[in-house]
Amino acid sequence: MSAATQNPTSGQNAARIALELKDVSKSFGLVRANRDINLKIEKGTIHGIIGENGAGKSTLMNILYGLHRADAGQMYVNEAEVSIRSSADAISQGIGMVHQHFMLVNMFSVLENVMLGSEGGSLLKDGKKATLKTLQHLADNYGMTVDPYALISDLNVGMRQRVEIIKALKGGADILILDEPTGVLTPQETKQLFEILNVLREDGVTILLITHKLAEIMEITDNVSIMRAGQMVGHRHTADTNPQELAELMVGRKVLLSVDKGAAKPGEVLLKVNNLEIYHERGHKELDDVSFEVRGGEIFGIAGVSGNGQTPLMEILAGMRVPSAGSFEVLGATVSKGTPKGPKEMRNMGVGHIPEDRHVHGLILDFEARENMILGFQDADVAGADFLFDSASITQHCQEQMDHYDVRPANPFLHAHSFSGGNQQKIVIAREMYEKPRVLIVGQPTRGVDVGAIEFIHKQLIALRDAGCAIVLVSVELEEVMGLADRIMVMNDGQKVGIVDAKDADTNTLGLMMAGLTSGEAA
Amino acid sequence: MIDFLYQLLLTFDATLRVATPLILCAMAGIFSERSGVVDISLEGKLLMGAFSAAAVTSVTGSPWIGLLAAIGASVFMSMLHGFACITHKGDQVVSGLAINILASGLTVVIGIALFHQGGQTPSLFGDQRFRKLELWFTDTFDAIPLFGTIYRELISGHSILTYAALLAVPLASLVLYRTRFGLRLRAVGEVPEAVDSAGISVSWLRYRALIVGGVLCGIAGAYLSISHGANFVREMSAGKGYIALAAVIFGNWRPVRALLACLLFGFLDAATPRLQGFEFPLIGEIPSQLMLAAPYIITVLLLAGFIGKPSPPAAIGQPYDK
Repeated sequence: MSAATQNPTSGQNAARIALELKDVSKSFGLVRANRDINLKIEKGTIHGIIGENGAGKSTLMNILYGLHRADAGQMYVNEAEVSIRSSADAISQGIGMVHQHFMLVNMFSVLENVMLGSEGGSLLKDGKKATLKTLQHLADNYGMTVDPYALISDLNVGMRQRVEIIKALKGGADILILDEPTGVLTPQETKQLFEILNVLREDGVTILLITHKLAEIMEITDNVSIMRAGQMVGHRHTADTNPQELAELMVGRKVLLSVDKGAAKPGEVLLKVNNLEIYHERGHKELDDVSFEVRGGEIFGIAGVSGNGQTPLMEILAGMRVPSAGSFEVLGATVSKGTPKGPKEMRNMGVGHIPEDRHVHGLILDFEARENMILGFQDADVAGADFLFDSASITQHCQEQMDHYDVRPANPFLHAHSFSGGNQQKIVIAREMYEKPRVLIVGQPTRGVDVGAIEFIHKQLIALRDAGCAIVLVSVELEEVMGLADRIMVMNDGQKVGIVDAKDADTNTLGLMMAGLTSGEAA
Repeated sequence: MIDFLYQLLLTFDATLRVATPLILCAMAGIFSERSGVVDISLEGKLLMGAFSAAAVTSVTGSPWIGLLAAIGASVFMSMLHGFACITHKGDQVVSGLAINILASGLTVVIGIALFHQGGQTPSLFGDQRFRKLELWFTDTFDAIPLFGTIYRELISGHSILTYAALLAVPLASLVLYRTRFGLRLRAVGEVPEAVDSAGISVSWLRYRALIVGGVLCGIAGAYLSISHGANFVREMSAGKGYIALAAVIFGNWRPVRALLACLLFGFLDAATPRLQGFEFPLIGEIPSQLMLAAPYIITVLLLAGFIGKPSPPAAIGQPYDK
């Protein structure tokens, strides 16, 4: 099938279109975020919108939900032309939205969050009763059970998202927009979400699912529209397409979905971890007797459900935390409780760190790209040999790195928060790889990063490995660990479950190990 | 002993009088800050209210018209604050300080221009002020020992504005926790995005919160100049707006706790003159300056984390920009 902009629904019964966009455009200053978008969504289907970060998906959804106003174009809901100027308009048209970042008041109960905006009178008393009824109704019909009196701050991410969906549905919305709903969910929570979406579809609700994950599109949608650089580049029936084609449409060129790498040539042991332990401030053990070795020239992957000790382990190896017991030897130095080393010393020894959460530990979002590019290296010559910073040198350094790592836009003066997730990550990677680390600690290298950038980042990591670096890779994406790593350690509840060779590993074995049911050696 | 108890009773009585403007301003601060707008301008609104009440009353002769003028002037200042930091997303602390400086200068300038008394307003007499109300049954209850005295000295005999202040507290609680307006107000101070995505205007909600705050500060100002006092004196608010803000923080942005904080601060204030030269066992005489500084010291200790942990509204001080 060619990348035609023809809609698969054309020619079918027109009375079944829930939402239609004609020639919708939107610019922010000089940036044309959406250009002549045409989209038809059939009633009672799950319609995926897929595209790289920065392709204009969120802008389009914000136009649908009245948070932005389109510069041009028409919108039709149930075949009637509508003008949506605010979220109130969208809600009255039966459109509900679950935002990527939750719009919940943490200090409020579920009940209060759900009733916000539809209190049913100036006193809350009657509205509370009505809302409780709605909650019960949604629980009975869709299995969306949630304690109305629980505080949001006490709920896990999956439950919070459920509250968001309830909020979107409470007023009887029949068009539901979900913006990157699974980015924060565990595989189990994602499964539950999809079950709910399936029930909703059977009930006639039209669902728009915005995502950049191909697997999800293939799993749950009926139709899919692909966006690239602000434009719709294709519409497909999900059954008639495949991930490879979608990826090509998204990126505009062939993409390697599997990682292409040669065999590892492990050298000497550069990192040796001996019985590391650390306690959480509340007293429980976060890391319990973990030992392993990593050689130069290999990628040592760490798999596990998020929150099973990977984060403290990385923080210890990067010098951010001091272990309660045990030690590790890195590049000839020994680090333990008695002989701690901070992040700066670790970095000077040649240990690089690409943190799990780039917004918290990787970047200062309000700083310019060129300032972020020297974070941690502010005493190095590139920042200026004298007491003062050398602004020209810093800018030039950043420009070179941006060109080399294909950071877009390649403007050293832009603030870090102006870049898309993938480009932010490239800035962090460029910085950490510049000094050619001999040991690199990498956390979630491609979280929230689009397909094109994922490929690029993976290639960089392989190249660094082939140059003899010892890489410790932590990722919640099992496929990523399996694709990149040469050996895989699985963690559960702060402990090492086992270490397996990547070529012997399959999802099933690793899954059982992640659940703590078997150790790799036995399997 | 009886004498000591009687003195204590009188101190409590004075506490209520001193705490009245604090309570009103604290409730104003709670409304504004719960909506996410830092309200350092309580002081300026209080001062402006005090001046307007005294000036208008001295011209018209009616304290009620004076009260309305105070409310109007204070709401006007609130709207200035809102225009700067809601509509134009300016810095809320800077805007608040500007309001305070504006009030401090404007009251004196207008006062001199109108009354030629060095910034003061003419003294008010008789019915031109809100005077003490004798509640029902005060004489009847006199027959009852103890209760009669407490009723006469502590419960009865306050300005109607003092009763209004005391009434404002349960009213504020009711509005915040039991009404639609209150729910939205609390939400907009925590997560304005949630309010916006629910189809409610963030700006209008915050403006309304500031209007409520303006009304309350206006009443507090009128109390200072035409009920507790008998004319306007330059800088007569004397930091009460800041103390009220301290009470809001000390009260963790909750009406009843803020009331208790106001009463504590009021009590320290009322007790200070009575403790002049009083020798405490072991510690000796407490310098009156220390007593006056107590509210600030307590607030600093609180903010430094020595007394519990304050939990301010999450979005306070941040202009909403979608």
